[in-house]
Amino acid sequence: MSIMVKVGMADLNVCSSPDALTTLGLGSCVGISLYDSVSKTAGMVHVMLPDSTKIKNNENIAKFADTGIDALIDKMVLLGANRHRLVAKIAGGAQMFAFSSNNDMLRIGERNVEASKSKLASLGIKILAEDTGLNYGRTIEFYAETGELYVKSVGKPLKVI
Amino acid sequence: MPNINLDNIDNMQFDVLKEIGNIGAGNATTALSTMINSKVDMNVPKVDLLELKELPDMLGGAEEIVVGILITLEGEINGMMMFMMDQVSACRIVNILMGKDSVLEEFTEMEYSALREIGNIIAGAYLSSLSTLTGIKINASIPYMSIDMAGAILSVPAIEFGKVGDKALIIETQFTKDDSDVNGYFILIPTLESYDVILRSLGL
Repeated sequence: MSIMVKVGMADLNVCSSPDALTTLGLGSCVGISLYDSVSKTAGMVHVMLPDSTKIKNNENIAKFADTGIDALIDKMVLLGANRHRLVAKIAGGAQMFAFSSNNDMLRIGERNVEASKSKLASLGIKILAEDTGLNYGRTIEFYAETGELYVKSVGKPLKVI
Repeated sequence: MPNINLDNIDNMQFDVLKEIGNIGAGNATTALSTMINSKVDMNVPKVDLLELKELPDMLGGAEEIVVGILITLEGEINGMMMFMMDQVSACRIVNILMGKDSVLEEFTEMEYSALREIGNIIAGAYLSSLSTLTGIKINASIPYMSIDMAGAILSVPAIEFGKVGDKALIIETQFTKDDSDVNGYFILIPTLESYDVILRSLGL
């Protein structure tokens, strides 16, 4: 029996085959899924904000793209992943409300995606696929067996990336 | 001078915040009731201190499809006001207002703006009573609307709270139409400093 491990908001977790990871109702947050296809180890972090250095209260490392990805990799390595084999798939970063242009909440989704990408690039982790931006929420499931990321949205067909 | 500490809110502060929810939601419920010409009841408001990760689940599950109308507050009080109802309730309200009896489908442009206007009127009723009570001027934005998973919609206020901490203090009131086919929530989510402003204005 495989288990579906839930990852909450500002949370991270890891699993290995045949288990899977899921996070429900991603809005402007970004779900970053990392995978080592040899050890079949998967990890997922649900980040809310781009940059921990811009925030005073930053103890919750899973909340930020920069520290969250680092922490996730460490946890995957403990489970047997090789950090040099990791590849990434990312989803989320939507703009849920059409805020007027002078609102600083406007671009939070986009900024989360940008920060996640640049953090991954700085670690030399390749992004194999992404489903980001636009204006709708996503539920994602990441399977450690195959490395496939399922993206479900309201009124849209299931997407496998 | 009150200084709200999220980990240590005294009973007095809780009661006052509950009463604010009561008065605000009372006025909003009356506005809704007048609009749809039907009795609408409301529950005793809840003042909840939630972990951010609990926030998406508070309305019956992160994947529940809801209509969310969000108004941002600026000025002396900063934060957000949200009015949320499930999709079926939203459809019923639109039908009552437009004198139709259609089954749930995609909302048309017309129904969409009707819903947004409902959100505007009842959130306005909530906020103006809060403003009268406290004597604080509240600048509200235009209403923004989204129909999507509750978790995705609630991620927007959650992120705002996430900038200052890992918990959110919310004032939540549930309302129900008399034959319980319309359900929804008013959620007031001021920033921490705004809680201080509110409590101070009431002499606490």
